[in-house]
Amino acid sequence: MRHIISLLMENEAGALSRVAGLFSARGYNIESLTVAPTEDPTLSRMTLVTVDSDDVVEQITKQLNKLIEVVKVVDLSEGVHIERELMLVKVRAVDKGRDEIKRLVDIFRGHIIDVTDKSYTIELTGPGSKLDAFLNTIDRSTILETVRTGASGIGRGERILKA
Amino acid sequence: MDTDLTGAEITIRCLQEEGVDYIFGYPGGAVLFIYDELFKQDKVKHVLVRHEQAAVHAADGYARSSNKVGVALVTSGPGVTNAITGIATAYMDSIPMVIISGQVPTHAIGLDAFQEVDAIGITRPCVKHNFLVKDIAELATTLKKAFYIASTGRPGPVLVDIPKDVSQQKVPFSYPESVSLRSYHPVTKGHSGQIKKAAQLILEGKRPMVYAGGGVILSDAAPQLTELVRMLGFPCTNTLMGLGGFPATDKHSVGMLGMHGTYEANMAMQHCDVLIAIGARFDDRVIGNPKHFFNEDRKIIHIDIDPSSISKRVKVDVPIVGGVSDVLVELIKQLKARKTKPDQVSLKAWWKQIDLWRARDCLKYDRASTIIKPQMVVEKLYQVTKGDAFITSDVGQHQMWAAQFYKFDKPRRWINSGGLGTMGFGLPAAMGVQFANPRGAVACITGEASIQMCIQELSTCKQYGLPLKIINLNNRYMGMVRQWQEFFHGNRYAESYMNALPNFVKLAESYGHVGMKIEQPGDIEGALKEAFKLKDRLVFMDFITDQTENVFPMIPGGKGLSEMILV
Ligand SMILES: Cc1cc2nc3c(=O)[nH]c(=O)nc-3n(C[C@H](O)[C@H](O)[C@H](O)COP(=O)(O)OP(=O)(O)OC[C@H]3O[C@@H](n4cnc5c(N)ncnc54)[C@H](O)[C@@H]3O)c2cc1C
Ligand SMILES: Cc1ncc(C[n+]2csc(CCOP(=O)(O)OP(=O)(O)O)c2C)c(N)n1
Ligand SMILES: [Mg+2]
Repeated sequence: MRHIISLLMENEAGALSRVAGLFSARGYNIESLTVAPTEDPTLSRMTLVTVDSDDVVEQITKQLNKLIEVVKVVDLSEGVHIERELMLVKVRAVDKGRDEIKRLVDIFRGHIIDVTDKSYTIELTGPGSKLDAFLNTIDRSTILETVRTGASGIGRGERILKA
Repeated sequence: MDTDLTGAEITIRCLQEEGVDYIFGYPGGAVLFIYDELFKQDKVKHVLVRHEQAAVHAADGYARSSNKVGVALVTSGPGVTNAITGIATAYMDSIPMVIISGQVPTHAIGLDAFQEVDAIGITRPCVKHNFLVKDIAELATTLKKAFYIASTGRPGPVLVDIPKDVSQQKVPFSYPESVSLRSYHPVTKGHSGQIKKAAQLILEGKRPMVYAGGGVILSDAAPQLTELVRMLGFPCTNTLMGLGGFPATDKHSVGMLGMHGTYEANMAMQHCDVLIAIGARFDDRVIGNPKHFFNEDRKIIHIDIDPSSISKRVKVDVPIVGGVSDVLVELIKQLKARKTKPDQVSLKAWWKQIDLWRARDCLKYDRASTIIKPQMVVEKLYQVTKGDAFITSDVGQHQMWAAQFYKFDKPRRWINSGGLGTMGFGLPAAMGVQFANPRGAVACITGEASIQMCIQELSTCKQYGLPLKIINLNNRYMGMVRQWQEFFHGNRYAESYMNALPNFVKLAESYGHVGMKIEQPGDIEGALKEAFKLKDRLVFMDFITDQTENVFPMIPGGKGLSEMILV
C-alpha cells in the first residue's frame, strides 16, 4: 500500500543523508521525498512517499524514529490528510495548439508562467493523480520537459505535527 | 592570563570528566594535538595498539566486560577505515562506545586532502550516531552528547570526527552537567498495562518458556531475570549474546538455542505455548526459518528497549518497550501480587518432556579419542578456571564450542562478536577485558585462522604486560567453513585449509611470551593448570585438535528449529 510519511528533523547537514541512507541500506522503496526548512529554521519538514506492505511501513516509521536527528514521525495515511505536488511542464505550443493547451491548463486550474513563440511553461499543483491526469490528457509528443516536486502532505483539521 | 583551552585540551578534559580511565588508539597527523595533550596528563591512560581495528575491539571488550563506555582514538583517513570493522562489530552487538577520529582541517574538507576520508559518510550505516565538529564552541557539548547517546537506550557506538584546526583553536571550557536532545528520549519504564497483560498470559501458560538475549546483559538485569525464572519455575534459554544472563548451571537452564543451540532448547522453543522474549531480537541464527517457527501456535511477550526490534522478524502478541531491568522489576512485582500461580500440573508435564529431550545428550562427543577433541579443551578450561574466567572468542567452530561447553553463571564474562561475526575480535577484545578487570583471569578461545587476523596485538600485550591465556584450537582448517563445505558443498574444501601456519610457540616466544604446544588429550589439564599458574605472563597454548570435528547440533540454513542435524 502507498503510505505518505511526514517527519520533522533537525535542520542540519547530514540529516537528509541519514534518511536516504536508511532507505537504501534496508531496501525500502522511496517513491518521492521532499524536504525544506520550516518556520522554525532549526527544523526541516520532510514528506516521504513509499509503497510497501503495512509491516514494512511499520518498520520504516520505527527506524526513522530511531535516527537521532529525527524529532517526530507520522504516517499521514493513517488519518485524513491533504496532499499536494507541484509540477512544471514545458510544452511545445505552436499554431492552434496554443489555444488548446491554454484551455486544458484552465480546466486543470494551472498557470502558464512562461511563454515563448514556440513554448509554454505550465505550473500545476494538486494531488499526484491530478498531475498524472494532466500529462495523460495533453498530447504527449508536445512535452519537452517535466519537473515534479513529489508530494507534500499535511493532516486535515486540527491534526498538527509539531516538535 | 589566557584561560581558554584548545580543542585538544578540551577533548582530554571531557574524557576526564566522563571518568574515562583507558583509551585505545593509534596516532597520526590529524590527531597530533590530541596526543600532545594526552602526553601532558596521566588521568586518561592511552593504550597503543598495533592496528586501529584492534583499538576499537579493545575498547569494545573493555565496555562489554565493565558496562562503561569504551573509547578509541584514531587518525583521519586510513585510521578511520581501519577502525570500521571494529565499529560495525560494536554496532551489531549494541555496545556503548565513543570513537574519536581526527579529520583534515575544516578548510581542506572536500578537497581530497591528504588522508581525507568522509568519516561521517563511511561510518553512518554502522554507528548509532556520528558528529563532525566544525565549530570548536560545540566540541564539549558534542562529546557530552556522544557519551550520552552511546550509553542510553539501545546502546551503540558514536563517532566524533574532529578536524585538526578545531583541535588547535581555543575557547573557554565548561563541561555540561547533562544534555538533552529534543529528538532523543529513550524509555526505560515499560507500560504498566502491557506488563499486566504479560503477567496474565504468563500465568495461563501450560508450556511456558523464557528466551533471554543480549539485552539482559546490556541492561545489567541478570539478577532480575534469575529471580523471575526461579520464581516461576520456567525453562530458560539464552542466545549466544545472552549467555551468563541466567546461570548456565541452574536447573532451569536449557542452554543456548539457535543454529548450534541444544536439542532441548530448540525443541522447547518450537513447542512452547507462551514465550517470554527478553532483550532478544529473534535473529535468523536463532529461530531459523520463521515460517517453520509459526507451524506451532504460541503467544509471545516481547520486552525490548528498541521498538524496531519488536515485530521485525516475528509478530508478537504483547510488546513491551522498556529496559529489561525496569520491566522485570515491575513484572515480578505484579506477579507476586497475584494470588494465582502457573498451573503446576502442566508445568510438571512440560518439564518431563524437556527432560526427555535433555536425555538425548546432544552435546556428547568421543571422550576416549586419542586425538584432542576441541570440546574437551573447553571443558577442562572451565574446570581449571572454576568457571570464573572472562572468556573472549573469535569466530568459527571454536566460538560455538566455547559457548556450548563453558558454563557461564555470571554476566559480562562471555565476550564475543555475535552479530557481525568478526574474526580477529578475540585477542584485542581480551586486552580490553584485562584492562577493565586487572585481577581477572582472561582467556581468548580462538582458531588458527582467526588469531592470525589480529596477531600483531601480541606486541601490545607484551608492552602492557597483559597475562592473557590464548587457547588456540588448531584444527588446521577454517573449521566452520570446512563444516559447511562438508555438509552442503560435497566435501569440496575450497580454500578452507590453513596452509603454511607459523610455529605458534616460536611466534609467541619471539614476542616475549610463553608458548606451549599440546598434542595429547592427557596433557590438556596439566598444561592449562601450568599456564594459569603463570599469573603475570601471556601464554599462547596451541592445541592440536581433531581436524574433522563438527559442531552439533546444527540447524541447516532455511530449516526450522526442530529440524536439527544431531550427532
Ligand atoms: C558463527 C556464528 C554462529 C552463531 N550461532 C548462534 C546460535 O546458534 N544461537 C544464537 O543465539 N546466536 C548465534 N549467533 C549469534 C547471532 O548471529 C546473533 O548475534 C545473536 O543471536 C543475537 O542475540 P540476541 O537476540 O540476544 O540480540 P543482541 O544482538 O544481543 O541484541 C540485544 C537486543 O536487546 C535489546 N536491548 C538492548 N539493551 C536493552 C535494554 N537495556 N533493555 C531492553 N532491551 C535491550 C536490543 O534492542 C536488541 O533487540 C551466531 C553467530 C556466529 C558468528
Ligand atoms: C573477517 C571475517 N572473514 C571471514 C569470515 C567467515 N568465516 C567464519 S568462520 C571462519 C573460519 C574460522 O576459522 P578458525 O579461526 O580456524 O576457527 P574454526 O572454525 O576452525 O574453529 C570464516 C573464514 C568471518 N567470520 N570473518
Ligand atoms: Mg581452525
